Amino acid sequence: MLRRLFYDARMRDLFWQVVISAALVGLTVFFVRNASQNMVNAGIASGFDFLWRSAGIDVPFTLTGYKSSDNILALFWAGVTNTVFVSLISMLLATLLGFLIGLARLSSHWLLSAIAGAYVEFVRNIPLLFFVLFWYFGVIAALPQPRDSLSLFSAIFLNNRGLTVPAATSGAPFPWALAVIVLAFTAQWLVSRLAVRRKAETGADTPVLAIGLVLCVLVPIAALVWAARSTGWDMPQAGRFNLRGGFVIIPEFVALLAALVTYTAGFVAEIVRGGISAVAKGQREAAASLGLKPGQILRFVVIPQAMRVMVPPMTSQYLNVLKNSSFGAAIAYPDVVSLFMGSALNDTGQAIEIIAMTLAVYLFFGLIVSALMNWYNARIAVVTR
Amino acid sequence: MSATPGSLRLWRKRLFSTPAQTAITLAIAACVIWLLTPFMRWALVNATWTGETRADCAPGGACWVFIRARFGQFMYGFYPVAERWRPNLFGLVSLAAIAPLFVLTGRARLRLAIAALLVLPPLGVWLIGGGYGLAAVETRAWGGLMLTLFIAIYAGLIAVPLGILLALGRQSRLPLIRTLSVVFIEFWRGVPIIAVIFLASLLLPLVMPAGVGVDRLARAIIGLGLVIAAYMAEAVRGGLQALPRGQAEAASALGLGYWQTTGLITLPQALRISLPAMTNEFIALVKNTTLVLVVSILDLLGIAQSSLADPAWVGMNMEAYLFAGTIYWLICFALSRWSRSLEAGGPKGH
Repeated sequence: MLRRLFYDARMRDLFWQVVISAALVGLTVFFVRNASQNMVNAGIASGFDFLWRSAGIDVPFTLTGYKSSDNILALFWAGVTNTVFVSLISMLLATLLGFLIGLARLSSHWLLSAIAGAYVEFVRNIPLLFFVLFWYFGVIAALPQPRDSLSLFSAIFLNNRGLTVPAATSGAPFPWALAVIVLAFTAQWLVSRLAVRRKAETGADTPVLAIGLVLCVLVPIAALVWAARSTGWDMPQAGRFNLRGGFVIIPEFVALLAALVTYTAGFVAEIVRGGISAVAKGQREAAASLGLKPGQILRFVVIPQAMRVMVPPMTSQYLNVLKNSSFGAAIAYPDVVSLFMGSALNDTGQAIEIIAMTLAVYLFFGLIVSALMNWYNARIAVVTR
Repeated sequence: MSATPGSLRLWRKRLFSTPAQTAITLAIAACVIWLLTPFMRWALVNATWTGETRADCAPGGACWVFIRARFGQFMYGFYPVAERWRPNLFGLVSLAAIAPLFVLTGRARLRLAIAALLVLPPLGVWLIGGGYGLAAVETRAWGGLMLTLFIAIYAGLIAVPLGILLALGRQSRLPLIRTLSVVFIEFWRGVPIIAVIFLASLLLPLVMPAGVGVDRLARAIIGLGLVIAAYMAEAVRGGLQALPRGQAEAASALGLGYWQTTGLITLPQALRISLPAMTNEFIALVKNTTLVLVVSILDLLGIAQSSLADPAWVGMNMEAYLFAGTIYWLICFALSRWSRSLEAGGPKGH
């Protein structure tokens, strides 16, 4: 009887799963008991009441209007928005720079391709933290003092205290401009769908490109110009020793952004190169022999197929940017790790709650990025029967 | 001119065959010269190589005297000078034990690998850390390149076996084990490594019984090891999935059990396929060892960073970063070349 049970595959599977869950539960109980005992000994409270306590921590850069008299939850939000802010801009710029470098790598021009290759080999074999420290202590610290700022059109100033840009005063009509731009892009999308249908049904061409030029270029520019002209601007003024007015983007942000963009672009470039070279040569040749023009070959044959190869690794690069934005903690960029896991944890000592909340932020935004990219990937995937 | 006419023609074809190409070539060359000339002038032409103090350095050039003066620290951190023979000895012993692995084959190679894995890690901790007859050197004094390599290797020793187990767990037919592996892998892959190092340094002492301390360095190594294990698991999974199902089916048809099939048939082949991917994860690990800086452990980059605070050597930022950066680059570049040559060699013989 026992012998038969021992040799029964299902019984053995069950046995091992019971043993492992018992071991896991035992370990968890051991850790939790130790932790609660240690916390009682050290006089650390538990629970989430600390979130409503006044923070009393100054944040040098915030988009939420956080003040040091606000509570710790507000500090948490300030950190989360700063993390998301630097991540989004880095993803955008790294994609652009990475595409340029990847295309340069594929160029038939030998020198251009060699320089792009050297950049990729250089960047990929050096730690990101090195870039962060290098940009912060090596480059930005070596910029001129505020009184000798580098300036662009006397409106944008760069110095070792950061980047000063004109600030829009309150009541700026930018949300309206943004709404107009979103409407214009939606209209263009509808026009192109209708044009495809019209072509299929009647064979008539629609001037999609001309309409697109108006809707996607002229309308947004007009909207932005209108918004910029009808708002008040707080221009930075060069004073005797320092700049007055304007919106100061702190050097930590500039350094972290520069590091994330230059580092990630090296990886994006490799993905772009791999994606485009993965498209079989016969595809281009077949398209050319069907009479497609080079631009059409790129748009209808090469890029759609390259995208399928590129999207999954690009997803993991975007996730890396999100996670790597935490490197800002090393130079005290006020992201969620340095504000919440650093400052707030030092003040309250409630390690478990704070660590759980911080990790949850990354898991949550990571899921959002993955979901968006998977949705996009499903849209462009090969349609099979 | 030493170039043969053939190669000259090749270069002309590469760089100057059409007017547009010539224009691009000249524009790039101008940019490179414009950027590189001041750097070369600073790093080589106007640089000072010999001397004792900052006063010996010429202005407007790199002060490599600083690196000479600090070389010991960049390599060993604050490890006592009289004891530095110990990490050196460990390095030599490890090299002597590992070198034959590239020459030997078959059973002898396997035996040596297992012996090295069993003997070297504890030997290293004993030689570098001391105790049992050697003067104890606190981990606080460890640093520099020695510590970078130490963290990378010991975190790798956690990550590789754990990663293999997790990859097998993810493929297991037992639902509980599969779920646990997936949750473990996806959790650690979803959070930033900096946060994990903070987490390990704060939570490990908290969950241990009162009075049981975990060394600061050990906490960082455990944290790094857990995260990299999750990434290693995905690398190994790639290899396992690349294997044809017939391999495992044939093995079980011959009467081999799960562990025999895994240990003798599937895993050896899967690991051979995954080796390039695993090497890439190891490169990522070497790069991520720098993050121990946030818990004030001074690895190579940390030592370079902290040396900038020395009032006797103000303004040596560029020299320190260039030196440290070059070492990281050399290590990672060599590893990535090795990984690429493995990839080109491809999986052998099955």
